[in-house]
Amino acid sequence: MKKKFKMVDLDCANCAAKMENAIRKIDGVQDAVVSFMAQRLTVEADDSRFEEIMDQIVKACKKVEPDCQILR
Amino acid sequence: MSGKQKKMLLRILISAALLIIAVLLPVEGPWRFAVFLPAYFTIGWDVLWRAVVNICHGQVFDENFLMALATVGAFCTGFFGSGEYPEAVFVMLFYQVGELFQSYAVGKSRKSIASLMDIRPDYANIEKDGVLEQVDPEEVSAGDAIVIKPGERIPLDGIVLEGASALDTAALTGESLPREVAAGDSVTSGCVNMSGLLRVEVTRPFEESTVSKILDLVENSSSKKARAENFITRFARYYTPIVVCAALALAVLPPLILGGGWGDWIQRALIFLVVSCPCALVISVPLSFFGGIGGASKQGILVKGGNYLEALAQAEMMVFDKTGTLTQGVFRVAGAYPRGCGEEELLEMAALAESYSDHPISRSLKEAWGREPEPGRVTETEELSGRGVRAVVDGRTVWAGNSRLMEELGVACDTCGQAGTAVHVAIDGAYKGHLVIADQVKEDAAQAIRELKEAGVQRTVMLTGDRKEVGESVAKELGLDEAYTQLLPAGKVEKVEELLKQKSPKGKLAFVGDGINDAPVLSRADIGIAMGGLGSDAAIEAADIVLMDDKPSKIAEAMRISRRTLGIVRQNIVFALAVKGLVLVLSALGLSNMWEAVFADVGVAVLAILNAMRALNVKK
Repeated sequence: MKKKFKMVDLDCANCAAKMENAIRKIDGVQDAVVSFMAQRLTVEADDSRFEEIMDQIVKACKKVEPDCQILR
Repeated sequence: MSGKQKKMLLRILISAALLIIAVLLPVEGPWRFAVFLPAYFTIGWDVLWRAVVNICHGQVFDENFLMALATVGAFCTGFFGSGEYPEAVFVMLFYQVGELFQSYAVGKSRKSIASLMDIRPDYANIEKDGVLEQVDPEEVSAGDAIVIKPGERIPLDGIVLEGASALDTAALTGESLPREVAAGDSVTSGCVNMSGLLRVEVTRPFEESTVSKILDLVENSSSKKARAENFITRFARYYTPIVVCAALALAVLPPLILGGGWGDWIQRALIFLVVSCPCALVISVPLSFFGGIGGASKQGILVKGGNYLEALAQAEMMVFDKTGTLTQGVFRVAGAYPRGCGEEELLEMAALAESYSDHPISRSLKEAWGREPEPGRVTETEELSGRGVRAVVDGRTVWAGNSRLMEELGVACDTCGQAGTAVHVAIDGAYKGHLVIADQVKEDAAQAIRELKEAGVQRTVMLTGDRKEVGESVAKELGLDEAYTQLLPAGKVEKVEELLKQKSPKGKLAFVGDGINDAPVLSRADIGIAMGGLGSDAAIEAADIVLMDDKPSKIAEAMRISRRTLGIVRQNIVFALAVKGLVLVLSALGLSNMWEAVFADVGVAVLAILNAMRALNVKK
């Protein structure tokens, strides 16, 4: 399943790249793109565990940039 | 300015005031140190906090860490040596000002790009029991009838049921001439209805409409990264740790080897650290590509990713499909060669004889004649398959068809000198001349080829399934270098494979097609460019670049945008690295101060962002 999320207060391009790398390493994530310009996260992950994976994604992003929020 | 930015501005002002007070206070010794702390913490608490948190998370070497280390270090050298504290506060203050400006500039360019994509309709007027109701376009389904008032944006793709109007398609195609529509015509979502009231039957739900497709395409375009972008991300991963290690070495080794002077060398190492942030590059490169893609879409050129924009600049071979790409794909009467009768009479006889046929050639004859056949004039018609028609017009027997038909009749006919399909006409066994029907070359096709050559395309090639004479005459007329004719769709793929082998390793091959039957070739070429036509799905899916208004001259425009964008990217990379390199060397030699270091970091980032925003401006 592919889903898009808006990101608020994504302030640094370097962090966006770091987040992208971190999300891709999460188990069950097939593909992830963090677009700094569009302030948008696109995740492709297993259907059955999507919510659980999203929780992990949010945690991973908080680690990189505590201010940034993912609107779910 | 967002709320977060306003809060930051306030903090900057308060901290600046506290700093001035601290400088003016007549205290000495440890107290002098203490008076600078309020100003420092006002401006820098979040940086310090994030540095600590990130280290706990295993994220060392980020900006926050570097700034925290540099300013705390500056305090230490002040405390143990010079007794100068303002510098630490100033550096943090300057850093935050730069960050604020940076975030403002990025927000601003995000907004101006978003406004280019301002084609999303807000509502649709749906008719329910004779009353108009405004609903979300997503709630309308195919088959519903919607009403579009003058001045409103067309929310969904559909077919006009009633009314006539002019449409402003500029947001989609960059074309400023309005398009006339009337009942029966299809309309595309995203256009603006300029003059009349239109009733439209919706043909596709919102998710499949042209607007959704375009928005989706542009928003996702940043996911396909250009080589330059990937380079920068990789670069940043190695660059920062290396600079930190170098700074450490600078702080420790010289005093150990040369002896003494710890404070001075630590100071130099701190400056080194401040310079090391790769932000200018990491932000400005994707921003430039995004701007370039945004600017191109303003011109009706949709680019699916930074990588394609980058590749386009290196296009060395441009391969075109003929029908629908360089030509309009519409047959018209291009020449009349009467024999013993008037041009008008020849056309009239041919049109009448063919009036019962629905073949494209017959239609073009009727169109050229421009009149409706009066009933009773054509009394008897017979289709002679593969040859033409025989009809009785005004009591005379008229034959119209190819040279084989004339041969069968035993009528000597002229050989046609003009490229196209010849329709010979004989009346009661006497040859009356022939008409030539040909596909019309697009108005800007010749100009497009010329401009592409000026832009550095070395070979222009045409592939067509059409006959040799037709293909070669079009190629000659437009000034193409080569033409390969009578190709089947599979043959086009083979030809492109062959051409791909002939190009230089760095050059790129672009294929331009109209998206019909071209999908395999579009995906095989390095860059697939489709003449999108409004709402043609196949083209938008298969191609890397879509020209919304079907004009070949837009390719040269796209190349110019691509070159300009890459130029800006290159300027930014060189400028940022040069300034940083210079300051790094100067600081190692002890010739630069903290001020220059902060400029090399934030100042350069801001300048690079401002430069990147130029990519958005595309000249009409």
